[in-house]
Amino acid sequence: MSQANNGAVLSAAEADNREFLVFSLGEEEYAIDILKVQEIRGYENVTRIANAPDFIKGVTNLRGVIVPIVDLRIKFHLDSVEYGGQTVVIVVNVADRVVGIVVDGVSDVMTLTPEQIKPAPEFGVTLSSDFLSGLGSLEDRMLVLVDIDKLLTSEEMALVDSTSSR
Amino acid sequence: MDIADFFDTFFEEAEELLADMEQHLLELDVDDPDSEQLNAIFRAAHSIKGGAGTFGFSVLQKTTHIFENLLDHARKGELTLRADLVDTFLEAKDIMHEQLDAYRNEEEPNQEAYERICQTLQQIALEEIGQTLDAPAVPAPTIEKKTSASAEAAEPSSLSERHLLVALLNVSEKDRTLLVEELEQLGDVQSHSGDEKRYEVTLTGDVSADDIEAVMCFIIEPEQIEISVVAVEKNEEASVSPELDAPVAVPTDVVEPTNSAKPAAPAVAKPADRAPSPEKPAKSAPKKAAAESASIRVSVDKVDQIINLVGELIITQSMLDQTVSDLGDQSVGNSSLQNGMSLLQRNARDLQEAVMSIRMIPMEFVFSRFPRVVRDTAGKLGKEIELITEGKSTELDKSLVERITDPLTHLVRNSLDHGIEMPDEREAVGKPRVGKLVLSARHQGGNILIEVRDDGAGMDRDRLLAKARENGLNVSDNMSDEEVFQLIFAPGFSTAKEVTDVSGRGVGMDVVKRNIQGMGGRVEIQSKKGEGTNTRIVLPLTLAILDGMSIKVGGETFILPLSTVLESLQPAKGDMYAMAGDDVVLKVRDEYLPVIAIHEVLDVENAITDPTKSIAVIVQGEGRRYAMLVDELIGQQQVVVKNLEDNYRKVPGVSAATILGDGSVALILDITGLHRLSRAKKEAGKQVNYPHLSYYQEAEPS
Repeated sequence: MSQANNGAVLSAAEADNREFLVFSLGEEEYAIDILKVQEIRGYENVTRIANAPDFIKGVTNLRGVIVPIVDLRIKFHLDSVEYGGQTVVIVVNVADRVVGIVVDGVSDVMTLTPEQIKPAPEFGVTLSSDFLSGLGSLEDRMLVLVDIDKLLTSEEMALVDSTSSR
Repeated sequence: MDIADFFDTFFEEAEELLADMEQHLLELDVDDPDSEQLNAIFRAAHSIKGGAGTFGFSVLQKTTHIFENLLDHARKGELTLRADLVDTFLEAKDIMHEQLDAYRNEEEPNQEAYERICQTLQQIALEEIGQTLDAPAVPAPTIEKKTSASAEAAEPSSLSERHLLVALLNVSEKDRTLLVEELEQLGDVQSHSGDEKRYEVTLTGDVSADDIEAVMCFIIEPEQIEISVVAVEKNEEASVSPELDAPVAVPTDVVEPTNSAKPAAPAVAKPADRAPSPEKPAKSAPKKAAAESASIRVSVDKVDQIINLVGELIITQSMLDQTVSDLGDQSVGNSSLQNGMSLLQRNARDLQEAVMSIRMIPMEFVFSRFPRVVRDTAGKLGKEIELITEGKSTELDKSLVERITDPLTHLVRNSLDHGIEMPDEREAVGKPRVGKLVLSARHQGGNILIEVRDDGAGMDRDRLLAKARENGLNVSDNMSDEEVFQLIFAPGFSTAKEVTDVSGRGVGMDVVKRNIQGMGGRVEIQSKKGEGTNTRIVLPLTLAILDGMSIKVGGETFILPLSTVLESLQPAKGDMYAMAGDDVVLKVRDEYLPVIAIHEVLDVENAITDPTKSIAVIVQGEGRRYAMLVDELIGQQQVVVKNLEDNYRKVPGVSAATILGDGSVALILDITGLHRLSRAKKEAGKQVNYPHLSYYQEAEPS
């Protein structure tokens, strides 16, 4: 009886846990809600779009769908932006759109309990804390939890027509 | 087009409207009805009524008429909705559907169901809003029914003092007493007698059969009531209660707010001896099945999805093909691989063609409306005109068919008004009195060519030029005929001597041209003074696939819509002239064309910057010509048009994207967008960065 109770308590706690996909940009570790992720693929065959901001690398063909590719390393002003075998594109689904984001690498999937998610401090000029859902602390690691919805639909990303009715 | 096609269109439309109606009825929140939904239901009923009236489906028309009236009250808030009323509405919809099926199978719809539903709806109107609907009199198919309650219900105002015989069937004594009391409220009860099986009450007063039924239905089932005027008292057959004809299907919950006073079971048991067929009308299955299997309605989205997938398949196939040919000699020995590849290629192309044909519908759908347009317009103008249509079976993409109708109507009206002369004038110049107007459609390469041809007066070059000068347009006497005729597409341009209600206001022709250009097509005019005018519309077969010219600039591939490309040439140094500032023009056969260097506009690196080493492609967009400098022409190919805005945003100078044979994305260029972009870039001193570009998006007509 008491065991069954324990099970219920545990699953209730588990329901509050969230899973994150952890990726690296330079030395830093970031994470996004795994439910937003559609797939992960290599960086290849990107067609440049003229007159777009530099962090928009262009568009690519994802099985017949034209998908814009955003390089978060350029957006976050990282020092070295290289495209190599480790460079991957995380394809995410936000606001009924499909967008690919370029990162230095994907490390793992983490489950964070509500206690492990700390509120994000006010900081950052390049990455406003509006776009963060918090900081995840894992023993000696710190994950920057990015609110990918807000970030990609924000005006400064220039991914969405600001005048569009979508 | 034969009338049967119109029937089919009506049937399909009505079916769709009924389906919509049902969905709205089901979604309707009775406590707080959404007025939009009520309006939608009303409109659906109204549309069906209109169509049914046109085609002479009188029973359907009358049913929808009553239904529509009731809905009208509902949407005005005069009728408070209840769940049971919605049930009745749904039943009415089902009956309308059955009537529709009957007409489709060329049968007469079920008369009983029709009368029953009319009766029910009338009753609701009476109970809920206390008024009768201005229903068309219910036709009486047999003489016996002339005295039926429903006929009287239709004209309650004519009722005055008269005798009504109300017969109660299988009603217990307790309920009888109650009912007699109720009837006394309505009028003077002259006599009442009988037993449980049949109890007759004679009533005088200004009261309709409907009222009586409405009151009594609170206590007993409608089947248990028979109402007749006393004159036919002895003739039992004549006292037909409309409800009695199909008792099983009657929505009992409509008229039964309480069941406490309801008598025990035997309620519906008896009427078998008088009701002809208590079952719902049996559908004539085999005929209907045949009619339905001839076509299916599929949403355009689904078809587009298939078209997209087939496009992907074609791309994959050409990728494979390229890989195999790259293998070169190694694959020569492997003949089965090569055979397989060529088979795959053929099958893939066939599949693509077959899938594309799903969206194709014959031009007949457009042309069929013109006999009427021509007849009406000719009548109004007092002209005699013979209309000839050619190539009715030529197929065109559905979305284009829908969009071509208005421009074409405009051109036809224009031809009738300005082109063809009055009969007397025609006779005077030795032409037959009857003018000839030809509408034709045919395939030409990957395009469809639609012509509006008349044998009228033709266009007067000098008058056009004079008028153009009057309007302040920049013209010269040595313009080509084609250019002069294009003047009629200028906004506000009209040569009509007077404005008629058919045409002549000068609005419209520019809209015609814009619409056709919006479809990726163009308009050409050929005309000879005194002999007639031929307006030619050239349209791509479909919007999903574009005939493109692939070009290379730097390492990048772009697509130009082939319909915009006029020619290409190697510019000579002597033909390039710099104009104030950065502007450069290229002289091509006495014409100075603005030069757009794609590598500058689109910031392409490693491109050829020396104009004399690049290739100038002369393109036309929105009536203006430009010379575009590119590095290399790759060739013509059909491309599948992909929207950029689905996942990204509108890009200045780019209309859409496509996927090339190697799986990479190529952008399809927008000529006028590029020109605007190039000008703005020069203005901004080549310091343009992204935020400023939102300017173009606003400037572009969406």
